[in-house]
Amino acid sequence: MTENAVRDDLAADRSRMQISETDVAVEITNMNKWYGDFHVLRDINLKVMRGERIVICGPSGSGKSTMIRCINRLEEHQKGNIVVDGIELTDDLKKIDEIRREVGMCFQHFNLFPHLTILENCTLAPIWVRKMPKKEAEEVAMHYLERVKIPEQALKYPGQLSGGQQQRVAIARSLCMNPKIMLFDEPTSALDPEMIKEVLDVMVGLAEEGMTMLCVTHEMGFARKVANRVIFMDAGQIVEQNEPEPFFTNPQHERTKLFLSQILHH
Amino acid sequence: MANLDIAQVRTEEAPKLPAPVSTTGVIGWMRQNLFSSIGNTVLTVIGIYIAYSLIAPFIQFALIDAVWTGENREACLPKDGQHAGACWAYVKAYFPQFIYGRYPTEEVWRVNIVYFLFAALLIPLAMPSAPFKRTNALLFLVVFPIIAYFLLTGLVIGGNVILPVVETAQWGGLLVTLVIAVTGIVASLPLGIALALGRRSKMPIIKLVSVIFIEFWRGVPLITVLFMSSVMLPLFLPEGVTFDKLLRVLIGVTLFSAAYMAEVVRGGLQAIPKGQYEGAMALGLRFWPMMYLIILPQALKLVIPGIVNTFIGLFKDTTLVLIVGMFDLLGQIQSSFTDPTWSTPSQGHTGYLFAAIVFFVFCFGMSRYSIFMEHKLHTGHKR
Repeated sequence: MTENAVRDDLAADRSRMQISETDVAVEITNMNKWYGDFHVLRDINLKVMRGERIVICGPSGSGKSTMIRCINRLEEHQKGNIVVDGIELTDDLKKIDEIRREVGMCFQHFNLFPHLTILENCTLAPIWVRKMPKKEAEEVAMHYLERVKIPEQALKYPGQLSGGQQQRVAIARSLCMNPKIMLFDEPTSALDPEMIKEVLDVMVGLAEEGMTMLCVTHEMGFARKVANRVIFMDAGQIVEQNEPEPFFTNPQHERTKLFLSQILHH
Repeated sequence: MANLDIAQVRTEEAPKLPAPVSTTGVIGWMRQNLFSSIGNTVLTVIGIYIAYSLIAPFIQFALIDAVWTGENREACLPKDGQHAGACWAYVKAYFPQFIYGRYPTEEVWRVNIVYFLFAALLIPLAMPSAPFKRTNALLFLVVFPIIAYFLLTGLVIGGNVILPVVETAQWGGLLVTLVIAVTGIVASLPLGIALALGRRSKMPIIKLVSVIFIEFWRGVPLITVLFMSSVMLPLFLPEGVTFDKLLRVLIGVTLFSAAYMAEVVRGGLQAIPKGQYEGAMALGLRFWPMMYLIILPQALKLVIPGIVNTFIGLFKDTTLVLIVGMFDLLGQIQSSFTDPTWSTPSQGHTGYLFAAIVFFVFCFGMSRYSIFMEHKLHTGHKR
């Protein structure tokens, strides 16, 4: 395929993924966060529409993980507003619970529960948080385990699975809660190349179904293929954001150019 | 890369051969572990000699020279030229006392029922494959204590004596040991967990109270606690208000071991990675479900050795109640030494040996069971 053909192909892929014009999934305004005296997030503004796939990249320590962790309140912000799915994040525990029910998250180290089987990992939250009957929860879990192509592992424990399989279970576990928004915090950073592909395939599938996604990742291939917007963060600020094609071919900011040259030509 | 030419390349699969005989089987094991070098061989020989010179006299005393039957001390006196062995006849004669203390003989059936219920409920509870765990736990933790309480102390309804009252002062022997140990173990674990969570709480008052409680109870010796509860506490109570002595001891022992338990559990909580909390929170689990379903099962599993350590320590510490005038198994055995009917040179040795055996059986049982549970709960995530 010529480069143009690839580009057209990608564009076609993306056009299948519908983005809402009016429905806001996440809105962050003037958000600031400090760790003690250290100003980790500075004046973050970000509006994510329903159906958007956003890839967030940047050097380590730039605050990208911290930012998406603020969205489901794994981290607390000190200034500014975060509105998720129409609910404003405050100290109100009820609202935090409501948001966490609607927002799924996958972590770098999977964070599966090692003392529970794969199936129990997946049914735990639906049963305890959504009060779903056990049988129904198991059906839902098996459905999503089939989606991520590991239904045969349902009765094993996380320790018996490979990293890629574990991350796919983690995705299935989040999907069992039927979330409206998915957050990915470097989901492939702890995996070797073969496993990265199997996880990315699942994520691409999710995007094609129109899931609103915010991914912190350095998988630039994934960003080109799936993202409708790439955000570059440095030193706690959003330095640049653009559609993937112009972002990669024509970065505006010096810092972005340097970062891209380092990760693309090694 | 000139060496490439002479590099060996296999064209067919190499056959799988059995390991050399000298590295497998009993002989291989002995070679590897006992006689791997001259130094180790010497140590092995010395070790065998020491083991022999300790075990042989013990078997001689406890089994070969032992007296198994007899009516009084005559049977156990050393015959001319012979060593006196263990006087098991004396243990046999005193056996009811060691088990029930001074519990009235005609009421001993009540204690037997309690022993029986205890075993009948604990054994299926301890077997992972036994069904009805929830009902079983409910029976053991709620119904059994109530039944045991009335069976052991007596039951009088509106002046009608259904079960004659037996004062706790009459209890003794293994009964007292088990009542204190089991109550202490069952009550101190949840209390310890609560204190451990309290100590890690972000709420300052709860944290402060937990820290003060733990540090206070860990800072005083158990003997002091027992003395205070039996000698000093009555001074603080208003006149006429009395507390049963056994109850005071139970509370003291429970609070004391709860403080130790709290620190053991806290160790386990600290070993749980932050990701487990985050994974649970991101799924929308609230604090208590998260603790109950995710954190505590893992934390407690990690500290099973420490928990059982505390249990065993508690079990053996029950012997300290002797100093407040209660007769546990050891106290009961010691008090039997004053009986002239069985006064022989080997009486003391036999009595202490019996106490050691009984304590060992219980403590070793707990230890083995904990190892069994560790294997059972291991889900292969230590890779």
